[in-house]
Amino acid sequence: MTDNTSRAEEARAFGFETRQLHAGQRPDPNTGARAVPIFQTTSYVFEDPESAAAYFNLQEYGNTYSRIMNPTVAVFEERVANLEGGTGAVAFASGIAAQAAALFTLLQPGDHVVSSSALYGGTVNQFKHLLRKMNVDLTWVDPDSAGAWRQAVRANTKAFFGETIGNPAGNVLDIEAVAAIAHAHELPLIVDNTFATPYLCRPIEWGADIVIHSATKFIGGHGTSIGGAVVEAGTFDWSNGRFPVVADPSPAYHGLQFHETFGPYGYLMKLRAETLRDLGGTLAPFNAFLFLQGLETLSLRMERHVDNALAVAAFLESHELASNVTYPGLPGSTYRPLVEKYLPRGAGAVFSFDCAGGRAGGLSLIGGVTLWSHLANVGDAKSLIIHPASTTHRQLNDAELRAAGITPGTVRLSVGTESVEDLIWDLEQGFARVAATAGKKVATA
Amino acid sequence: MTDLRRYQDPLTIQRVLHTASTIAIVGLSANELRASNFVGYYLKRHGYHVIPVNPRESEILGETCYPSLLDVPEPVDIVNVFRAPDALPGIAREAVAIHAGTLWCQFGVINEEAARIAEDGGVTVIMDRCLKIEHARYVGRMHWLGFNTQRITSVRAGLQ
Repeated sequence: MTDNTSRAEEARAFGFETRQLHAGQRPDPNTGARAVPIFQTTSYVFEDPESAAAYFNLQEYGNTYSRIMNPTVAVFEERVANLEGGTGAVAFASGIAAQAAALFTLLQPGDHVVSSSALYGGTVNQFKHLLRKMNVDLTWVDPDSAGAWRQAVRANTKAFFGETIGNPAGNVLDIEAVAAIAHAHELPLIVDNTFATPYLCRPIEWGADIVIHSATKFIGGHGTSIGGAVVEAGTFDWSNGRFPVVADPSPAYHGLQFHETFGPYGYLMKLRAETLRDLGGTLAPFNAFLFLQGLETLSLRMERHVDNALAVAAFLESHELASNVTYPGLPGSTYRPLVEKYLPRGAGAVFSFDCAGGRAGGLSLIGGVTLWSHLANVGDAKSLIIHPASTTHRQLNDAELRAAGITPGTVRLSVGTESVEDLIWDLEQGFARVAATAGKKVATA
Repeated sequence: MTDLRRYQDPLTIQRVLHTASTIAIVGLSANELRASNFVGYYLKRHGYHVIPVNPRESEILGETCYPSLLDVPEPVDIVNVFRAPDALPGIAREAVAIHAGTLWCQFGVINEEAARIAEDGGVTVIMDRCLKIEHARYVGRMHWLGFNTQRITSVRAGLQ
């Protein structure tokens, strides 16, 4: 019961730009603070012993300890869930922690996962080494082949995994088709939506069951914080017999049956009350605050990111010292039909190209630019550039690089929101250095 | 297939939550780990008068238990149902007979015939929705655990 009967809320379908500012937060009831307060606290005083017991039993929604929940982090979680169209979200200290926790919640030793082979390197490491260490088997599939997904399913398969826009090859996942195959086998589809953000694509609308984010990238948008989130659609039937680890009485929570008791919130309740509780990897409230600042301008930044990315990609495509530009938003991309379906507002802002001159050419380009930042991140408002062969993949020889889908001259860009003519001017400076170095080489040869 | 949105209107849900005081829970389990027990406990905690309806028990959550709705000796604002969908038409008839205000059917408790019986008898119908979740969404603290309440408002609420 309540005394607040006067202002019932209409079921209005608020726009994305409204929700990126408001979802998850109401003015603080205690102070009226309009900005999201940073609740920098480890723990919360209980009203009385019965309330404390009710919180720990999950009979009542209550704050106990900031490893498991925090009111500032909760605003971020609800906002991400709202923008993705999910039933809820749980935040983590990094995208990689979010991903591990999402999988640990539904897997047990002896299980199997089918994954796209075109993934972020950090994810490949996690799957190849950490999951195998937990006795979870993996099958890598060509994400563009529906048949490959279908054929990889085994009796012990527990999930499909892919990225909306693959890193760095720029492949676009046919989410609806892959989700249909997963669901035909009573499996959830997990999609990493980091590169698209919910402004450009909402995988749940196309059938995905779980969405993972590295909030470090475009959600934060300013390169200030590491963090991640798991969003669930809330529609997957975890009681279908394949997921005793979610549906059966939980020995880690005094016999609670998470899916039966909490219905569409069961998976997320288990993710929070067990996996986050036991693995840690909690997002700090201050980082959640910075991510919320980022989300307030998400649509505005993404519009600019994709405009700039398309202009830079078009420039590179016409440049004689660049080839193999992987931006899926280019008119000639083989992913054009999928971009039109899933990414009508733009195909993100991260892609790669091959610089003429191989390893030396790539190095010259990096050495020649002065505005693009040479660093290992993506999704900052500032434009970023990296040469994998001399940095993230420098231990590999040329043959090994090619096997990883990278050539010695591959350069990866994360196109920022600067004046686009300045970005192109700077790349011209870099190419001038490439040409000069190549010329010198020829002269001395 | 029934268009359930008709039985999930947010304004109706808020009106029912804000005006009810007595809730009869049909199929309330004495087992503390069952969903119905979670809901009953929660509603009691939030000040509602909870009346268990279960022929196999005499007392649940410290409240006297009745074998059927027809045995409940006081007016009921909400009949909250945790039973199989095929039991719903009979429960709807009883809800009409006792002049209950609302027939509230939990997740998956869906039966078109029962909805018609209740509506024809002047009883408001909420279907395929959890009473605890809707209370937590509009009145309580669901947002503290990162769930999507779908609420957008700049109105300053009272203390929680």
